Amino acid sequence: MPLLSVDELSITFTGRGRRDVRAVDGVSFDVDQGQVVGLVGESGCGKSVTSLALMGLLPKKGVKLGGRAEYDGKDLLTLSSNAMRDMRGKHLAMIFQDPLSSLNPVIPVGLQVTEILERHRGMKGAAARKEAADLLDRVGIPDPTRRLKEYPHQLSGGMRQRALIAMAVACAPRMLIADEPTTALDVTIQAQILELLKELVDQQGTALLMITHDLGVVAGLCDQVNVLYAGKAVESAGRRELFAQPTHPYAHGLLGSIPRLDAPRGEPLRPIRGSINDRIDWADGCAFAPRCDHYTLECLSGTPQLTEPVGAGHGVRCVNPVLTGVEVKTLGVPAEQAVDAAAATAPAEPAEPKIPAQAGPEADGKAETDEGDAAPEAEPEAEKKKDAS
Amino acid sequence: MSLLELDDVKVHFPVKKGLIFDRTVGHVYAVDGVSLSVEEGQTYGLVGESGCGKTTLGRSVLRLVDITDGSVNFDGTDLAKLPAEEMRTFRRRLQMVFQDPLGSLNPRQNIESILSEGMAAHGIGGTREERREKIRDILAKVGLPANALARYPHEFSGGQRQRIGIARALVLEPDVIICDEPVSALDVSIQAQVINLLEELQESLGLTYLVIAHDLAVVRHISDVIGVMYLGSLVEEAPSDALYAEPRHPYTKALMSAVPVPDPEVEDRRERILLTGDLPSPANPPAGCRFHTRCPWAQDTLCATERPALKDVGGGHKVACHFAAEIAAGTVERTAASVVPATREEMADRVVETPAE
Repeated sequence: MPLLSVDELSITFTGRGRRDVRAVDGVSFDVDQGQVVGLVGESGCGKSVTSLALMGLLPKKGVKLGGRAEYDGKDLLTLSSNAMRDMRGKHLAMIFQDPLSSLNPVIPVGLQVTEILERHRGMKGAAARKEAADLLDRVGIPDPTRRLKEYPHQLSGGMRQRALIAMAVACAPRMLIADEPTTALDVTIQAQILELLKELVDQQGTALLMITHDLGVVAGLCDQVNVLYAGKAVESAGRRELFAQPTHPYAHGLLGSIPRLDAPRGEPLRPIRGSINDRIDWADGCAFAPRCDHYTLECLSGTPQLTEPVGAGHGVRCVNPVLTGVEVKTLGVPAEQAVDAAAATAPAEPAEPKIPAQAGPEADGKAETDEGDAAPEAEPEAEKKKDAS
Repeated sequence: MSLLELDDVKVHFPVKKGLIFDRTVGHVYAVDGVSLSVEEGQTYGLVGESGCGKTTLGRSVLRLVDITDGSVNFDGTDLAKLPAEEMRTFRRRLQMVFQDPLGSLNPRQNIESILSEGMAAHGIGGTREERREKIRDILAKVGLPANALARYPHEFSGGQRQRIGIARALVLEPDVIICDEPVSALDVSIQAQVINLLEELQESLGLTYLVIAHDLAVVRHISDVIGVMYLGSLVEEAPSDALYAEPRHPYTKALMSAVPVPDPEVEDRRERILLTGDLPSPANPPAGCRFHTRCPWAQDTLCATERPALKDVGGGHKVACHFAAEIAAGTVERTAASVVPATREEMADRVVETPAE
């Protein structure tokens, strides 16, 4: 049984006289001991709200929670605030994005660390201070006894993030939630912090829920990845499967739009058009449809379900997934015309010449390796488009 | 001759103390002797971590900060010595695109007013109608609808705001645009749109860019030549491909190895050089090579005593390191603690050791 099992979590913000905003709309995932699960998406996709809901940090008023989040047999969403307070620290801990605004600026760092030790581990005075110094030392802050007396503004950005991690791991939590832990940091410091998180997971078996927008970080750290778009997971797979064959048009588009350090120069990026504001309600169809290059009328007939078109354990929420051999080239054409064009060319569209299956993806992610099963897929795909018109 | 040439530019900010007598007690050496040249129609990329002085250097070209020493030659004129009034007229030809698209647009001005302000100041396009015509033209170029004219910045998304920022620079028909972190505030899918737009505009209008960014992958994607800055000075400069193929300076090596690549296959094989500690304070930079306090290859001789100059090692590849040749040849040893195993599995086997800072 997984340590944390989130099932159909939904979060709705309500306000008097305002339309309800559904920030998270049925997200499910499991996190096991010693496993790193990633929630990836752009701003506004609901990834941070998910973490706040799991920690019980959302206000009670004006927020409607749905679904279940079972940790060790207890549903985190229905726990009382007292019970939740006991969960935090020993069981669940969180690392926030901005270390400066998450630390109290008028209290020395040491006091902020010992406060946790006193509350959750019942340590007192000198013993707590010694333990705090040990913690700072463990996360790689030099001269910890001096640093304990300093205020957050006297520490550098990387050191503040380390202090925050020290506070999070103070009670050896079984589950750690990291919300964009390296976004505010420089790359060389980011590398240091990521190493630290890896050590925690591997040596202490901590379960880590990693929330980030950086696919590079995901590729190096996460075991299981969930790509979120407008509050729903659109693709969910192991990291190797996801990067080898991104199948939802959004995940596929994201990977195509990132400039890569190891890509040959001069190759144009292939951005996703429009912005997150161009969306439709999940109830009416696929929220990504207005930005999608694989858009057909079928996308507007209700919420697409999570299916596994490219293999077990690789869930994709799309009726027209990106499958090798079926390349619909309609970039930049308005959606309505794209449907027509796709319908017109679909019957004549030959299956792309097969590339023999190879280990590892193409360097630029442009062409996936052919899995062999793509060719049979091509036919019904073409028919679908014909029907759609 | 290059369109824009910086020669030994220094920007030092005085640190003052005292209420009545503003005693200067020291300096922050934000930019400390940078020379570079940008060719017409090309893109020069400046990378470095926060606090390395890259933004200050960009602003000093436009004289938005005072240059302490050195010269900025633009098209044969030394901007550093121009009187303020003449500098104003030169700013038409040198424009800037800022990092924060919302913070750099006045929330109370509509788009037409924002875009025509610069034209009015520089006396471009006589009547209001002519200006409006021109603005419509530019808006189409940057991919904004014509009805944007009467709207206000808050009505646009982040990517569109950055397009407005680019349009504001373009209406003055500049020769050089200095882009300070043009995409770092944007989501990844929007980043690509703006990067492509910048490239298209360069091609159609023959613009010259000085792009300042912390994201190595972005800089490599759009730049012809890349300069790597550390603590106020250039440590390496090379054509984009050469720099990526063979970084010569230890700092560049570490910086490149720290950039995560969105591909698990690459991530698992990648050797990482982990730098210890943080950037030293630019108010009190280390003696000798500025990087020697964190350098995995630091040697007992020279490094701590003598500051290396930027030397050409062939093919326009310049490095400021005493031991660049020896490191490339593999004759100097790296300190052991700096290399990190690539995979999580290898990590688990490793004995626990706290990184020394």
